[in-house]
Amino acid sequence: MKDFVNIRGLYFNRNGRTVFSDIELNIPRGKITAIMGPSGCGKTTLLRLIGGQLKPERGNIHVDGKLINKLSRAQLYELRRKMGILFQSGALFTNLSVFENVAFPLREHTELPDFMIRDIVLMKLQSVGLRGAKNLMPSQLSGGMARRVALARAIALDPELIMYDEPFTGLDPIALGVIVKLISDLNKALGITTILVSHDVEEVLTIADYIYVIASGKIIGHGTPEKLHIDKEPEVQQFLQGLPDGVVPFHYPAIDYNQDLMH
Amino acid sequence: MLILEKLRLLGQFGLQLLMSFGRSGIFLVHLLIRKPRFKKSFPLLIEQLYFIGVLSLIIIILSGLFIGLVVGLQGYNTLNKFGASQQLGQLVALSVVRELGPVVTALLFAGRAGSALTAEIGLMKSTEQLASMEMMGVDPLWRVISPRFWGGFISMPILMIIFSVVAVWGGYLVGVVWLGVDSGTFWSAMQSAVNFHDDIVNGIIKSIVFGSVVTWIAVFQGYDTVPTAQGIGRATTRTVVYSSLAILGLDFVLTAVMMGGW
Repeated sequence: MKDFVNIRGLYFNRNGRTVFSDIELNIPRGKITAIMGPSGCGKTTLLRLIGGQLKPERGNIHVDGKLINKLSRAQLYELRRKMGILFQSGALFTNLSVFENVAFPLREHTELPDFMIRDIVLMKLQSVGLRGAKNLMPSQLSGGMARRVALARAIALDPELIMYDEPFTGLDPIALGVIVKLISDLNKALGITTILVSHDVEEVLTIADYIYVIASGKIIGHGTPEKLHIDKEPEVQQFLQGLPDGVVPFHYPAIDYNQDLMH
Repeated sequence: MLILEKLRLLGQFGLQLLMSFGRSGIFLVHLLIRKPRFKKSFPLLIEQLYFIGVLSLIIIILSGLFIGLVVGLQGYNTLNKFGASQQLGQLVALSVVRELGPVVTALLFAGRAGSALTAEIGLMKSTEQLASMEMMGVDPLWRVISPRFWGGFISMPILMIIFSVVAVWGGYLVGVVWLGVDSGTFWSAMQSAVNFHDDIVNGIIKSIVFGSVVTWIAVFQGYDTVPTAQGIGRATTRTVVYSSLAILGLDFVLTAVMMGGW
């Protein structure tokens, strides 16, 4: 099968608000596919739907050929072993050291002896440049380091799909460059199918093979970075150029300003 | 219109309450009905027995001692008015083993271990640790919740027995060592009055029920919390309030059943 993830006719509501309305997208194997859009447009929700943590109202989400919203609990957990996710916060286990955090999925899913687990953990930490930090606790790490450890943990079981949730947010320029390079290198070296959720236009355009732009619950544009640059859709251009006002208004809907002041 | 709005809010509250009961019931079923993995579960259980049980020992022992001292003092003064101070051992033992031991231990357990469990699980949820575990294909119900639940279930009766022993010793200190009740009379009155099945076993059964309910409430409130600072604070408060009410309510029901000739 060509696509690792295939979404058709996806509808999702939360607290009476429509988050997604008739979304259709494909995530091809071995490529970096970016999901972009303004804050609050549901990018993280889409990752949770793909991971089976949320269920859609309507529509089908196929992951590795399996209809994820119809799987049993056991089947879902089995499928998740093929996935890795990097949360925005890193989501490291605060009671475990860096080493034990990376070893966690190996200890849970394999019966490997300790010396082999140690070697694998050191290899993964070496790939993110943090082998020397193996004995530190998560509270001793900077934001960028925590995200790199979380990345090492996410690739510990050599997943076929890795999802990054806002991996560039809140990083200094050096840490940002390191994460961009790691995402690109991991995709190229291991051929991992990558879903990159972000609103950082510059970084995404440099590494993504294909981009979907989501706003107001719909896909407003998609294509290669080159194609998106010349897209005529005003919403897409407003987002890519970072214009404060346009089709997506600067002001949250409200009654007339003068009328509100005089009230 | 105002009455209709109030009725709507009342209905909404009722529905939310029922949904919460439903979710907690499903949660308990998922927690209890699962394939055991003894090899991997055992170290996690031992760790939780330490955090929930061993670390509660100091508060349990100190509270037991003070309760025993007070019951001994109050009991002696009251019994002495009727010239029955030699029955002090009986009074202390029955009060502690039947009621004070299970109830006070459970209330202290809810305040110390229950609130800590809720806050810990709630914080794990708000920092996405539970979500990341799920996405790694590891069920948090098995890895995080189950060891804590069984840790509480096992710890509670043991803590209750320790509490009761220390409380009886506290009563002995006041009655025999301080106020001069005869030591032999104190112990023999206790021995003849306390029935193993009716008093000790029933006390242990009470503590097992309280332990299960308090730990269930604590882990569920943590797991079901709204993942914000305010949400965790409210969930922790709910754990202590709901657990305390459940303990006192269930104590009445269990006592009524046990006295009814169970």
